[in-house]
Amino acid sequence: MASRKTPLVATHWFPLTVGALTFVAIGVIFEYLLRADILNRYIIPLPSDVLAAFERIVVEEGVLTRTGVSAFEVLTAGIACIVVGVPLGVLLYRFDIVRRALEDWIAALAAAPIVLAFPLFLVLFGRGSTTVIVIAFTYGLAPVVLKTLEGLIETRRVLINVGKSLNMSEMQMFWKILFPSAIPSIFTGIRLSWTFCVIAVIGVEFLVNLGGLGQLINDLAERYDMPGTYAGIGFVILVSVIFFIILEWIEKWLQPAR
Amino acid sequence: MTSVETKSRQAGKPDTGQPVLIIDDVVKTFGDAEEAVTAVDHVSFNVKQGEFVAVIGPSGCGKSTLFNIIGGLLGEYDGNVMIDDERISGPHPAVGMVFQEESTFPWRSVIDNVAFPLELRGVAKSERYDRARHFIGMVGLDGFEKRFPSQLSGGMKQRVSIARTLVSNPRILLMDEPFAALDEQTRLLLGDKITQIQQELKQTTLLITHNLTEAVQLSDRIVVMTYRPGKVKRIADINLQRPRTSDVVGSDAFGHYVAEIWNDLREEASRGMQETEQVARADRRHG
Repeated sequence: MASRKTPLVATHWFPLTVGALTFVAIGVIFEYLLRADILNRYIIPLPSDVLAAFERIVVEEGVLTRTGVSAFEVLTAGIACIVVGVPLGVLLYRFDIVRRALEDWIAALAAAPIVLAFPLFLVLFGRGSTTVIVIAFTYGLAPVVLKTLEGLIETRRVLINVGKSLNMSEMQMFWKILFPSAIPSIFTGIRLSWTFCVIAVIGVEFLVNLGGLGQLINDLAERYDMPGTYAGIGFVILVSVIFFIILEWIEKWLQPAR
Repeated sequence: MTSVETKSRQAGKPDTGQPVLIIDDVVKTFGDAEEAVTAVDHVSFNVKQGEFVAVIGPSGCGKSTLFNIIGGLLGEYDGNVMIDDERISGPHPAVGMVFQEESTFPWRSVIDNVAFPLELRGVAKSERYDRARHFIGMVGLDGFEKRFPSQLSGGMKQRVSIARTLVSNPRILLMDEPFAALDEQTRLLLGDKITQIQQELKQTTLLITHNLTEAVQLSDRIVVMTYRPGKVKRIADINLQRPRTSDVVGSDAFGHYVAEIWNDLREEASRGMQETEQVARADRRHG
């Protein structure tokens, strides 16, 4: 069989290259606008300076250790969200009275800007990692609960009928049909939750000048080290992207069928 | 393995000709006293061992209600549905159900879907895989054991569901319009497959359908239902030779049976259509 040549736009690397080139192009445009004094260099640093500052923040500012601190906080909060959120979602599904009592509150929790309540958490948990973790946990809990509940509720009627026709017990029905059917939705909840955890951890570290990457950005900004600040922000974005790529891999690995 | 399997299935069943499923004066009403709707109205017929019976009727004749009652998913009804002198009021192990909607488990491979009922019963993995493979072969899906439903066509998924139901050795195979979502050609070919399996296993089968050609192609007898409330209008014998294939569709006898049953059905179907239109008109006037 003659192999047909894949068109350029259909290749795997084409969109990636376009994305990267767009990014570089924006950098070049800003570089030009700043050098031509159309934009103010005191507010926006030169992209080339930001690039150069990467090395400095890695060597001088201990960025790797700080990444470790932030990653620890994100993972602890994220895992706590799963451990508490999934069973809570199941509970809400199983007991109608609990659902009616709590669902609206949890939905409200998802929408509330909890980070603003950080002084309260500081008083309760002290000025340390615990506070950061607890705030991130509170922030990330609701999506896991709500998406678990949604996944269970949206299990297709016919699959439940298959279970009934096979005389399955309630436990079998849960473990063999309801839960596996809800897994894609639960994963969506986890992904949302961990995104919230990352935002909350970096945000709280920045706000209370505490711990990992958020504090670094705060420090650099206070020193008015603009290239360093932007490099720090760039580093956080890079770490987040890698983090979510890994999360997506795990998700695909766990559910090869979908 | 294959022959042993088939023999044991036959050996476990009583002689052909005995009614295995008796539907006796079944009535099912939905709703409160004032707004009660009778879906199934004094329906009686039976299905003999090894026989293929189709229940046909227009939409709204209570076919699906009947399916749910026989499958044990609707426990409360008047009259009796009997298997082995036992009244059905919940799912019965002798009945294997195939649903109209696609009902494979998307998170399980084909073989794990088919072996599912055996897994529930605690059958060892190697044995349940052997038996699952046998039925996967029977529905013509050899080589697809490791695939997932998302990688299969609609017709293939329905065959997986049929294999999953057959793996439990049900005495009665109960199917609710299993090919409704498929195109006509696939439907005819799957009809061949069903006929072949039914002949090989001497499988007692009750098919719920609204498709005339499908009913005539597959059945020994056809129960024609009236539009709401669903009553038995007539029970027609289909004396087409067995073994049968979809070639029969071209024969004069086939055309004769289709015409005869359509004669019975036309009045019911048009009554159903008129009532639906009236309701729609009334809704528009009031809404």
